[in-house]
Amino acid sequence: MSRTNDMTIKLGGEAGQGVESSGAGFLKAMVRGGLYCYGLQDYQSRIRGGHNYYQIRVSSKPLFSWSSDVHVLMAFDDESLYAHPQEIVPGGAIIFDEGLKYDKSRVEAGHTKMMPVPLYKLALEIGGDKVMANTVALGVTSGITGYDFEKMADVIRQNFRRKGEKVIAANLGVAEAGYRYGLDNFAADFEFKLEAIPNAPKRMALHAHQAFCMGALAAGCRFNSAYPMTPGTSVIEWMTAKANKFDVLTKQTEDELSAILMAIGAAQAGMRALTNTSGGGFSLMVEALGLAGMTEIPLVIVDAQRGGPSTGLPTKTEQSDLAFVTSAGHGEFPRAVLAPGSVQEAFEAGWRAFNLAEKYQMPVLVLTDMMLSTSIETLDLEQIDFSKVEIDRGDMVSNAELDALADSWAYKRHAVTDSGVSPRALPGHPNSVYITTGDEHSPDGLITEDPATRVAQMEKRMRKMESALATTIKPLLYGPTEADVTVIGWGSTYGAIRQAVDAMNTAGESVNFLHYVDVWPFPVQETEEAFAKMKFSICIEQNFTGQFARLLRAETGLRANAQVLRYDGHPYTEEDAVAFIRRAVAEKDKPYNVIRYQVPVNSGNRQGYAPSNGHSNGAHSSGTSQGQINNNNLSTNSTASLYDLKEEVKA
Amino acid sequence: MTDTAIRPDSSGLTLMTKVDMKTFQTTEKSTWCAGCGDFGILASIKQALVGLNLAPHQVMFFSGIGCGSKLPHYMHVSALNTIHGRALPVATGFKLANHNMKVVAITGDGDGYGIGMGHLAHTMRRNPDITHIVENNQVYGLTKGQYSPTSGHGYISTTSPEGSIEVSVNPLALGMAMGASFLARSFSSDPKHLASMIMKAMTHKGYALVDVLQPCVTYNHVNTNEWYKSRVYKVEDLPNYDPTNRQMAYERAQEWGDRIPMGVIYADTDRPTYEDQVPLLQRGTLLELSEKAMRKDYDYESLKNEYM
Repeated sequence: MSRTNDMTIKLGGEAGQGVESSGAGFLKAMVRGGLYCYGLQDYQSRIRGGHNYYQIRVSSKPLFSWSSDVHVLMAFDDESLYAHPQEIVPGGAIIFDEGLKYDKSRVEAGHTKMMPVPLYKLALEIGGDKVMANTVALGVTSGITGYDFEKMADVIRQNFRRKGEKVIAANLGVAEAGYRYGLDNFAADFEFKLEAIPNAPKRMALHAHQAFCMGALAAGCRFNSAYPMTPGTSVIEWMTAKANKFDVLTKQTEDELSAILMAIGAAQAGMRALTNTSGGGFSLMVEALGLAGMTEIPLVIVDAQRGGPSTGLPTKTEQSDLAFVTSAGHGEFPRAVLAPGSVQEAFEAGWRAFNLAEKYQMPVLVLTDMMLSTSIETLDLEQIDFSKVEIDRGDMVSNAELDALADSWAYKRHAVTDSGVSPRALPGHPNSVYITTGDEHSPDGLITEDPATRVAQMEKRMRKMESALATTIKPLLYGPTEADVTVIGWGSTYGAIRQAVDAMNTAGESVNFLHYVDVWPFPVQETEEAFAKMKFSICIEQNFTGQFARLLRAETGLRANAQVLRYDGHPYTEEDAVAFIRRAVAEKDKPYNVIRYQVPVNSGNRQGYAPSNGHSNGAHSSGTSQGQINNNNLSTNSTASLYDLKEEVKA
Repeated sequence: MTDTAIRPDSSGLTLMTKVDMKTFQTTEKSTWCAGCGDFGILASIKQALVGLNLAPHQVMFFSGIGCGSKLPHYMHVSALNTIHGRALPVATGFKLANHNMKVVAITGDGDGYGIGMGHLAHTMRRNPDITHIVENNQVYGLTKGQYSPTSGHGYISTTSPEGSIEVSVNPLALGMAMGASFLARSFSSDPKHLASMIMKAMTHKGYALVDVLQPCVTYNHVNTNEWYKSRVYKVEDLPNYDPTNRQMAYERAQEWGDRIPMGVIYADTDRPTYEDQVPLLQRGTLLELSEKAMRKDYDYESLKNEYM
């Protein structure tokens, strides 16, 4: 591992201590120095107290995932000291306040450099407020890593520009004091360094919801209704923040029922309408989803997944709504499900979703999750490419066409067509007078139970799925075109798997990766073609039942040779993915092996973090055996009959 | 790219100079029982539209589910027949998108006051310019005779064989409490009065509730046409009744039993609508404004700045 520009910096503290905001500021300072950062946020469902952390991985190369290895830990409370020491690599440092009382036996592993700093004293003496202790610690980090202080100073000046010169000066003062303290006391003895890259191009640091919203806005979305629910809320908050400049109407509603219903109403009027929620809120939206499907009203819904069921893990990540969203609602109706796996894919999903919704006059669901919607990626400016945004509203009846109709009875909203798409006219024109209904209806929208009409309408609607399949993104193959091992993933596991595949191919292993962005309608033909080339396949997901593997099997009859499943609320690290792939390969002989992530016992870690195996004995080995894996493979225990369909395999 | 400037043509609103009852007539046969109050309500709605000289394309109807919610199928208007209890939020979304069109929501009592109660209360305090006509027959008709939220205490039905234990919803008192800006009541067997109430509600700027008492000839044998007829009176016949006086309105809204008040119970004509308080919508309808977005006529590139 390189000692320069390849490390992870972690901030840990209670909610309310500013861990996330100061971490984000430091991340920006590094991105401005030409470095690529990946920022991971982890917080609890509370406003004060508890244990939160913000983790920044830094590299001179693009990053898509976080790492299990930590090089600098800034601990703002004793809880942070206890929760993370096993993640710290040999030679890594812990920066903490010199007055912090803690149990040494639980923290000091011998190979860790303990760096007590008068964080609060410096904050109070120089800045006049203890709250600036975070800034002191970031200054210390800048000092020990040798990172250009001016980059940090720039961000401080920008972040506090609205608060006046006095506040800027105070923050600059404490940051510099920390920087000097780190430089003078610890820098010589700290081997991991950060170096700004001269003349690097400007880049952006942002998360998937910000990018999604940029795509949606550029696609002409100007109506967004929602009820607050973590982690979906950041969508309507972003849209609301941009409302004045971009003429957007956002509406917080009394519940999620109303959120989707208002979006349906606005869409019927002709708006590109969006609603956002998380799984629990989407559960409430389901009845209206069917209404949109039946009345053929285009609509985009973001389901930002979190740990379920019920209230579940409100601030932790999971990919467990896939089976739900692909089938949600009684009866059958067309829909599309997009699952972007990166910030750039989220931007593209933002505008593609509206085209799909309007072209096929159906609801389009976008699955994000806690991790994707809070994790910061570093992007080149061209990766958010507004010039590529297309607005395709599909088959709409123009005013001139409506003018040409014989009378106000001529237009048929649900006319039966070959593509299944009936030309859409918006209400308000004298010749666009029609009713539509959630009841089965005739081409002119009137309630009917006539069997022939029912069949014609049902087939017309479902034909849109075939038409839509022509425009969705097919699974993307990453890595070598042929490989000994193929990893299959969808949505937010993209980053960890991609990085794992890179690391393994560099290490001489032969691995590639089939990544699904658009999961519904299911790309059967492309999947079959990809499977024909696979030698050994592993499906990696963040849920209990292997929902994608089930979908794959239901739609194609194909099965991955092994499955890796995790549902502890924490995303896979690059090292986890590597370890799981290697384990699956090592256990090749077990047919349809199901490997489950297991939280390490007695790790002293309540966060369920997967430590490196080597840490407990002080022999850290990077990138080899990280990620605790359940040695008691579930395929041999009692739940296996439900979720590991081993016995029916052989056919 | 398709025609991105597609939108309802507001110039078309003047094309039709005169409407009459025939304008709204359809050949669709209704599913209502002979003697159902819905017939009177349908006729009164058409009468109100004629009275206001509104053409079919100028009004958007929303309805829920129930016998009465089928009403828009029996007249020639633009309509979206939604799901049970959910007409109001759909209507609100539509109104926010295109406030040039008149918006009317039609629901039954189970629909509007039961399953849709949450939306009702919030729509009242939100005050969008929507007319809400509730066909209140105090029973579930389409599901064949169960007690409804407005069924009286002790009402016997298939699901309350020993009498309903709950007290009935009082929509007018609820409206007073939730800040509704217009509350009226009428009776399906007094079509002239009903038409005038609907016209007043549609002329009112803001959420306007018309609670329409109606018999269900098949399932409600307690609250019959005669039952209503012998109880209803018009507040406009009261000496000095002032519907802008909250105190008087509260008093009448509470009244139910031997005497049932009809007419405009409460009207707050000063209260601005939700749309009036959205600065964006003062420049045009959201739909009109969104044409600029469809032309991609915004500086999206500037969005990147805050992330650099």
